[in-house]
This record gives sequence, structure tokens and C-alpha cells, in this order.
Amino acid sequence: MAVDDLSLEIAAGEFLTLLGASGSGKTTTLRMIAGFEQPSAGEIRMGGSSISGLPPFKRDINTVFQHYALFPHMSVRENIGYGLRMRSVPKAEREERVRLALEMVKLGELGARAPRQLSGGQQQRVALARALVNRPRVLLLDEPLGALDLKLRKEMQLELKHLQTHLGITFIYVTHDQEEALTMSDRIVLLRQGRIAQFGTARDLYDRPASRYVADFIGETNLMAGVVVDGGPGPVTLQVGSERLRGRSDVALPPGSAAWLSVRPEAVRVDLGGTGSPEQNAIEGTVSDAVYSGALIRVHVSLPDDRRIIAQVPAGTTVQVGGRARVSWAPERARCVTD
Amino acid sequence: MTRRPPDRLTAFLWATGLGVFAFIYLPLVVVIVYAFHDSPIIAWPLRLGTTKWFVALAHDRGMIDAALASLKLALLTVMMSLLVGVPGAFVLDRFVFPGKAAFRRLVLLPLILPGIITGVALLTFFSFVGLSLSSGFPLVPGWPVVLGHAAAFSSVVITQVFARLQRLDRAQEEASQDLYANEWQTFWQVTFPSIRTAVLGAALLVFTLSLDEIAVTFFLIGRQNTLPLQIWGLLRRGITPEVNAASTVIFGISVAVIVIWARLMREEPQG
Amino acid sequence: MRPTCLDRVRGSRRLRTIVAAAVPVGFVTTLLFVPYALLLVHSFWRLSGGAITHEFTLDNYRRLFGTPLYPNTILFSAGIALRVTLVSLLLAYPLAYLLAFKVKRHRTLIYMAVIIPLWVSYLVRAYAWKIILGQEGILNGVLQAAGLIDQPLTFLLYSRWAVTLALIHIYTPFTLMPIYAVLDAIPPALKEASHDLYANRWQTFLRVILPLSLPGVLAGSTFAFVLSMGDFLAPQLLGGNDSALMVSNLVWSLFGVAYNWPLGAAVSVVMLALTISLLWLANLLERRMSYGGQAVGRAGGRVVGLAEGAK
Repeated sequence: MAVDDLSLEIAAGEFLTLLGASGSGKTTTLRMIAGFEQPSAGEIRMGGSSISGLPPFKRDINTVFQHYALFPHMSVRENIGYGLRMRSVPKAEREERVRLALEMVKLGELGARAPRQLSGGQQQRVALARALVNRPRVLLLDEPLGALDLKLRKEMQLELKHLQTHLGITFIYVTHDQEEALTMSDRIVLLRQGRIAQFGTARDLYDRPASRYVADFIGETNLMAGVVVDGGPGPVTLQVGSERLRGRSDVALPPGSAAWLSVRPEAVRVDLGGTGSPEQNAIEGTVSDAVYSGALIRVHVSLPDDRRIIAQVPAGTTVQVGGRARVSWAPERARCVTD
Repeated sequence: MTRRPPDRLTAFLWATGLGVFAFIYLPLVVVIVYAFHDSPIIAWPLRLGTTKWFVALAHDRGMIDAALASLKLALLTVMMSLLVGVPGAFVLDRFVFPGKAAFRRLVLLPLILPGIITGVALLTFFSFVGLSLSSGFPLVPGWPVVLGHAAAFSSVVITQVFARLQRLDRAQEEASQDLYANEWQTFWQVTFPSIRTAVLGAALLVFTLSLDEIAVTFFLIGRQNTLPLQIWGLLRRGITPEVNAASTVIFGISVAVIVIWARLMREEPQG
Repeated sequence: MRPTCLDRVRGSRRLRTIVAAAVPVGFVTTLLFVPYALLLVHSFWRLSGGAITHEFTLDNYRRLFGTPLYPNTILFSAGIALRVTLVSLLLAYPLAYLLAFKVKRHRTLIYMAVIIPLWVSYLVRAYAWKIILGQEGILNGVLQAAGLIDQPLTFLLYSRWAVTLALIHIYTPFTLMPIYAVLDAIPPALKEASHDLYANRWQTFLRVILPLSLPGVLAGSTFAFVLSMGDFLAPQLLGGNDSALMVSNLVWSLFGVAYNWPLGAAVSVVMLALTISLLWLANLLERRMSYGGQAVGRAGGRVVGLAEGAK
């Protein structure tokens, strides 16, 4: 089953992302909204009325396909004008709208070209223009930036976001790239095996993950397995190996149950000298790796009980592999999550 | 890459290859050359230099009638096999139904089996059904032979169009529907242009194959011979250069059609 | 498996779709399936008093397997087909190899030149051998003129050799197509890797190229065998009266002058069964040796082969 028991309410004019690994059901959900797949149970409503029974060509929704699906035997202009033609928009108006759409995606002079004469990035813009020219109420985007190289992708991410804000159309965006989701979305639906793992704003998912899966999927984090001693809600204490560590949880956790502490690398303080008074929430360890990545050095610290933590320090810091390090963090920045 | 000096192995390869190539063309060259042979007997030595056999061909009533019959048959066959074959390819590509695997195998049979088997099978069918071999004459060379050709060659259309359909990007059809075109509009606006060359190519192929068909035609033909059968009849009595002239003409037309077909195939949009 | 089109189509559209699909399916069923089935049925009917009666009998098969003529003819045809296949293979492979690996410019053009004869009247290519091999034909003429023989050779024409030769000529391009297609599909990187790992050209051929080309070889051989075994014209034109009697001659006369349709149907059915078994066997073999891409399994026949080669 690709999608299992999914219920969503999407606000008008928002940029919503369906995020998930492959097989999570995000594309299937998108296709159900577009009308290419039929839900076996349930309903899809838009603006109060049900569209479940309507074929794709009767829905006020347009799609930007993953590999663009441009019609190879038509020019760029003809591609863009296709939907307008099918809706019998008069020729003069159609030509004007196509012209405006071309300008909007900055492809003004390429109207007469054939799709195969364009670069990947240009084809992507044509696909976008082809959808937007119809002024749909909802625009669906199926991983449209996947085929572009990194720099172009980042540019397009911003452009799409600006476009959406400017046009005010509801965008439903599918991607497996969580960074992309965090950058562009008003809200994110993280899907896992056909079900919703979490639904909220980018900040919600990043700062307050609802489960271990979410914490692990979004951004980078250190996960430490332990047993609940004091379960909150609010401050919690976990028995992690031989340590007692503190964190926060929004829900109450039964003492004795298994849980995880999620601490993001940027929240981990690394004390490389080994000096300083022992704090709470601190563990002694050894530096096993120091990986340079431009602005930061990512420090891998191996801890007792075969555990590891990744922290980061500014690039100028002297880090000695094999040296002692003490890692610690503020309790409010450690989230306690369960599976 | 710098070219290595030619060695014995490569030289041998080239020699063999060219030899085989010559072997393939030898009989054809012989036939064409002997169409200009200045003697009613085909024998060695060759005496070139006359086109009288082509002239005789132009006046040969039997040949001309046979050629016209072949043409009519071929055109009818193309029309019918397209009407059956194109939807048939779609059925194979899009639908799932019980017996589909069997249908798929069945469709291939006329292409794979020796023509004589298909010929006698169709003969028993039409005889059983009671359709006379000359029915429809003189409008058509005979309904059985027309239907027989159409049935056998719809396989050609189905396989060619099906192969093309499989390479089609399904997302384009979805895009078309996403842009408010219904199924029928989508077919004409998006799907058909993509398979157009395959359809045309199949039509040309069927045309050539039908013109040349002998095994099935032999068993189903009525009163009026097709060109290959007419030639065969003449062959029984010994070869005349006139027959060579006819063959040369056929060769010329077939080559032209195949070259057009090859051009078409190369021009089709990739992907 | 893709969801069937029908699932997505609702209501009246569904009906129209079914009707549209029924036409090709119905046509093919009526004009292909029924005739083949009818042929099978005929083979169980009896011929009495010059008319075909609809009573079930196994006599035709008894006669077929009992009278030496029929099994012998089938074996003879198979023998001819085997020779044709082997020689065609030997001729086609080098040329295919040449085309795939040694010809850089105008490759498509040359390939087309090799294939065109296939599509040009089969009849012409067969009877051309009459001109070449006849008593007053070219071969005899040349040999005599060169002083190699005094009397024209009579065994050339109207013999099994003529038939075999003509069939080899006709089916060599046929065998070449799938071999070329397979050879062409071998990534050049494989050859380079082999050389990189110290194999010379001969070893590379034996250990890399030949094994990879086997599916094409199998496909080409199977079709050459099946079609030359059931060939209709070459035996008629070049076989003479009895020296090269093949299965198709039998069927032809049984449906013609000898007028015994049930027996002819029985022979045809045996041919059909043999053909289908061979193809099925070849398909099985091919699946075992295939490393991606199916030459036999794909739609059979010269048609698709030509399409692939001309790509």
C-alpha cells in the first residue's frame, strides 16, 4: 500500500512540501491530487467541493512533472499554450498570456525553439510556465529540481519561493531533499511508508521533532539511546549508558520506557582542553576524527560504551585527533523522542 | 586513436566480409544484368545492350493486370492492417486482460511460421466458412486473399507500433490531461504525433511485404494473379528476359520504398 | 505491473474503450486463431470419396507416422535447414562483426545495403540461381570458358545443392541482423576493459564478445532454421522432381493435385508443433544466456530485426 490513512488540510496560498524517502507515498499522494491515481477510500476536496470523481482534465490543478514531460513535437510557445488551447481561450488572449508567462520565467526569446534545443534548466522553466499560465488554484511540483546541478538548484529554489509568494497560488511540492524542504516551505508533511510522521512548519520539524524518525530525517543530529528516568512533560532525564543526561520533551513519557535524546551538532559544546569543572550533561571522550568542510570543522568524538557524538567548531580551531574532549549541551536543546 | 597497421586477421575479416557481401548481391546483379540481354534464351555468354524486354513488359497485358491486382491488394492490406494493428498495439501496451499473453503470442505467429502453414490454415478457414476465393472480383482480387494478407500483416503493424509505444514517455500524456485535454484529445495531440513515424513505417513495410507475398497468396488467390504469382507462372515455362525486366522493376521500387522507410525511421524524435 | 487503463476509465468511457479494443482482438482471433485451430481440426477429419467428412479419426496421423515418406521428408528438410543455418552463420558472423566493429563511416548506409536484398522479391532471389546454375547458365559458362570442364555440369540445378545454396543466400542477411544488433549493443568499454586486463584480440573475442553475442546468434539461427525448413519456393523452383523433396512440397501437393486436405493439415500441424517447440526451446536457452536484452523473445521475424538494425 503506497499511502495509508492520510488526512491533510492544506491552506490556500501556502507553500506545502510533501517530504519523504522513496516509497514514502509522497508522489502517490501528489498524483492522487492531480487525478492520475484513485484513492481506494476517502475523498479529496478543494475549496469545499469534492474533486475525487473528476478526471485530471477537469480539475483546476496543474502539474510540473519530474522530467518536465514537454511535448517534443511542439515549440516552447505551443507547449505553454497547450492548456489554454484545450480550454478554448481565444487566440489573442492566449498569445498574450503565453508571452507574459515566458517573460515571467525569463525565457522571452526562446518561444520558437523546440524542447530538445534547450538546456535542462530552461526546459524546467518551460514546464513551470506551461503550468502557471493557466492560473490554477493549486500547482503541483513533482521533484522538479532533481535533474539540475547544485548551484542551479539553489537558485531555482529561491525563484520558486519568490514566485509562489508573488502569485499567491497554493504550491504542493514533492521532494526527498530535506534541506530543500526546510528552505522553501511554509509547512512540511514528512511521510513515512504512507503515513504522516509529522506535519508542521520547518521550525516545528527541526526544533521539536515528533519522533526519532523525524529527528533523524530532518537535518543532522546525534541520537543517544536510553531509558526514561524522569519523563516530563518538560524537562526529562534519561539513563544513557552509565550517564544521566537531561533533555526536554513535550509529551509525558512513562519511566522505564525506551527513548532517544536528539542533540544537533551545532548545540554540542566541545571542550578540547579537558579543563573546566565537570558540568551536568557532559561526557568525556576522545576525538576520533576532525573533518574540514570550509567554514567549520566537524569533530567526531568517541564516547564510552561505543557511542559517538558529532560536534562542530569554527575552522580556525586547533583540533587534535586522539586528544581528549568533553562534550556537553544545554538541556533545553536536547529533545527527547521515541520511535 | 592512432590506427594500427592492418594485420592478417583484420585483412582476412575484410576479405570474408566483402566476399559475403558480394555473395548476397550476386544473384540480384545477374537478374538485373540479364534484363538487358539480347536473346530470348537466358544463357551464357551475356550479350548486353537492349531494352526491348522492358518494352515487351509494358505491353504484356497479363503482367500489367497482375501488377494492378498486386497494387490493389497491397493498398487494401495496408489500410486494413493499420485499422486493426494500431488499436491492437494499444491494447497490448495499455490493457491487462485474461489471455493477454496468449494473444501476444498469437499475434506473432504469422511472422514466425513458414508462410505455407498460414496459407493452408487460412484456406481451410475460408473454405469452411464458404467464402469463395473469387468473391469480390473484380473490385478486389478476392476477399479471402485481402483478409488473409490483412490478418497476417496486422502482426507487423502491431509489433512495430507496440515497440514505439513502449518507448513513449507516459508523463507526456499525463501532462496533456493535466492541461485539460481529455483522452481523445490527448491521443491526437500528443500520442499520435509520437507514433506517427512508426505507423507510417509499418504501413510502408506492409505495402512491400504484401506486394512480394507468395506463400499465403498462392493458396488464397482467385481468378486474378498477383504479380509474383504471375511471374512464377511464367517461370514454370522457362525464364525469359522479360521476367528479368519485371524483376528489375520490382527491385527498383522495393529499394525506393525501403530507403524512404529507413529515412523515416531515422527522423523520428528520440524519447 | 501498471494499473490497467480500464481501472481509470469510468462509466460510458469504459464501454467505448472495450468496444475499441474488441475490434483488433476480434479480428485477430477470427482470422488467425480460428484458422490455425481449424487446421488442427481438419487434421482429425477423414477424406472419403473425394470429400472431407467431419468424422473424427486418427488415420491421418497414423499414415503420417507410419509411411516412411513423411518422417523421411521431415528429417530431410531438417537436414537441409541445419546445413543452411550453419553456413549462414559462418557467413553472417564475420560480416556482422565487420559492420559492428570495423566500419565507422556510413555504417547505417552499408547496413541498409546488406539488408535491402532481404526485402526485395524473394522470388527473384530464388530463381536467379536458376540462371546461374543451369546447364546453360553462368557458372557452367564460366567454367567451360575457363577450360575447367568440357561438359556442362548437370548436377548443379534441380538438386538439393541448388536448394541449399539458394536458401543460404536468402537467409544469410536474415541471420546477420540479430547478430549485428547484439554486437552493436556491446559497450565498447567491455572490449577496452578486456585489453586493459592483458587479453589480446583473439582472447577478447572468445571470452567476451562471442559469449555476449550468443543471444543474437541463437535468434538468427532459430529463424533461419525454422523458415528454411518450411521454405516453399526454393524447393519448387530449384529442387527438381524428387531429389529435394521438402515438407512444403508435400503440403503443397496435398492441398493441390493430390487433394488430401486432412492429411495435408496433419503434416502442417506437425510442422507447426515442431516450429513452436523449437522457438520455445530457443527462448528458454536464450533466457539462460541472456545478459539483458532478448533477441528471440522479442517479437520475431525480420520486421523487428530490421527496425532495430536501422536505428
